[in-house]
Amino acid sequence: MPQIVVEDLRKRFLVTKRRRGMLGALAGVVRREHHVVEALAGVGFTVEAGELVGYIGPNGAGKSTTVKVLAGILVPDEGRCEVQGRVPWRQRIEHVAHIGVVFGQRTQLWWDLPVIESFELLRDIYRVSPADYARRLEQLVHALAIGPVLDTPVRQLSLGQRMRCDVVAALLHGPRLLFLDEPTIGLDAPAKLAVRSFIAALNREHETTVILTTHDMDDIEALCSRVVVIDGGRITCDGTLEQLRARVGVQRRLTLELDGDAPLHQVEGATVVRREGRQVVLAFDPRQISPARLIARITEQHAVRDLLVQDPPIEEIVTRLYDPAPRGTP
Amino acid sequence: MRPYLAIFGARFRALLQYRTAAVAAVLTQLFWGLLRVMIFTAFYAASTAADLPMTLAEVVTYLWLTQALLRLLPWQPDVEVEQLIRDGNVAYELMRPVDVYGLWFARAVALRSAPVLLRCLPMLVPAVLLFDMGPPASLGAAIGFVLSAFAAVGLSAAITTLLSVAMLVTISSRGVHVLTTSAVNLMSGAIVPLSLLPAWLQPAIAVLPFRGLLDTPLRLYLGHLPLHAAPMAIGHQLLWTLALMLVGRMLLQRALRHVVVQGG
Repeated sequence: MPQIVVEDLRKRFLVTKRRRGMLGALAGVVRREHHVVEALAGVGFTVEAGELVGYIGPNGAGKSTTVKVLAGILVPDEGRCEVQGRVPWRQRIEHVAHIGVVFGQRTQLWWDLPVIESFELLRDIYRVSPADYARRLEQLVHALAIGPVLDTPVRQLSLGQRMRCDVVAALLHGPRLLFLDEPTIGLDAPAKLAVRSFIAALNREHETTVILTTHDMDDIEALCSRVVVIDGGRITCDGTLEQLRARVGVQRRLTLELDGDAPLHQVEGATVVRREGRQVVLAFDPRQISPARLIARITEQHAVRDLLVQDPPIEEIVTRLYDPAPRGTP
Repeated sequence: MRPYLAIFGARFRALLQYRTAAVAAVLTQLFWGLLRVMIFTAFYAASTAADLPMTLAEVVTYLWLTQALLRLLPWQPDVEVEQLIRDGNVAYELMRPVDVYGLWFARAVALRSAPVLLRCLPMLVPAVLLFDMGPPASLGAAIGFVLSAFAAVGLSAAITTLLSVAMLVTISSRGVHVLTTSAVNLMSGAIVPLSLLPAWLQPAIAVLPFRGLLDTPLRLYLGHLPLHAAPMAIGHQLLWTLALMLVGRMLLQRALRHVVVQGG
């Protein structure tokens, strides 16, 4: 049975428009103008237990709205949603006892308390037995290396430390499903890596289902076996990273370093994207010409010192997904 | 009960940390207390009325007790909950597998009891030793006072939580805040002992919940309410507490169905 079933989820928000200036403000007293924002316009997907799903989309696409519905803190207007067999907003208390949530931009720790006291409070709030608590705490503290900061008040933690503590806090009650909303936002590289490798291990070893929303494409590339893309309140793509690449059909890149000054102007089957001194970047479609063929064709005419074939960066794929209108380049 | 007790305990302990604020408050309240005693002494000296409902000695004791228990009054919503609502962290509050009303109520109980505990002894010792505060009318009166004071904490927490819930609807709490402060101050006995207020106001005072915040325990202390009237008086406090809790919880449930956690 899937862990999450979402069908045709819809949510509209009424946004009050304020007219500008003094006259506008006065007019607003008499009559307000509203406009409707369709945050979710029929979203549907299912997630099986043990999946690690990246949920991406531009700002305002409906990512957070979806997560809030799944977490049980927002009631949708229409549609069906079941998480672990429960309707989140109807059975809120039962539901939230079995999920973990990290909102990267907020903290669920008590600002004034030492970290460990926040954990103990959560233990009591989630009614975790002392034995389970001790076991999980030890594992988590070890895995995320937060031992040294357990007695520090939360307000004195660095962002990286705080985020790791927040991840621990979300897992103390042993949820089978974890929502991570931008868990690496604002973190430096080592902290990002620490959080990422922990999430990967959690998913692998404990088979915890993870739903990850992020703007950080490295997170997606490093973690997610499946990517769901939402834009304008609709799912525009749902599949593996490779399927995503294939679907967008972004060309592959061939970077050449030429030996000698003979300029390379054009090659049949590929287009020149960039030229910097002796370095030339070509774009080609592997379905039309294989990399080997292309390289052979080039080396026939030019002396090549070095070359590199790459997949397009995921940023580019996503940009294309968000904005299907073709851009000038390749 | 475990989650609610845990939240109460954490907040209670946190509030006991504010010792400097307590020292400053005790000094201020002593000063205000002296001022209020002088004003009432002057009133009594100038009064020509024959049948005042309270003697000056009783008024003085009443005044000092209001000074000591001042922080029990539900003047404003819980600042912590207010903060949660303003910055959207209320989202995490909804992620707890507990009744949100219960969570907020437990916090409010801590908020209305810890500061009083921290302040009342340092206030009452000088008041008794130096400033003519009298002892309780009898042992029974003392017990009645303590029981009623506990009930007052519950009542105050129920009103506080109702104010917090009102914030969910309005985001800003200013309007409700101003209204409640005036009503609470006047109708609880924090400004003038309720027995001294005009007769036409007494029916309203008797019905409304606010007298349960201060006046009821204080009148038990003074023996103004005889012991056999104590169950009725404390029942009035408890009944209002229960009613306000029910209303608060219902409003919260309704508000949560429409809540929109903005941003991020």
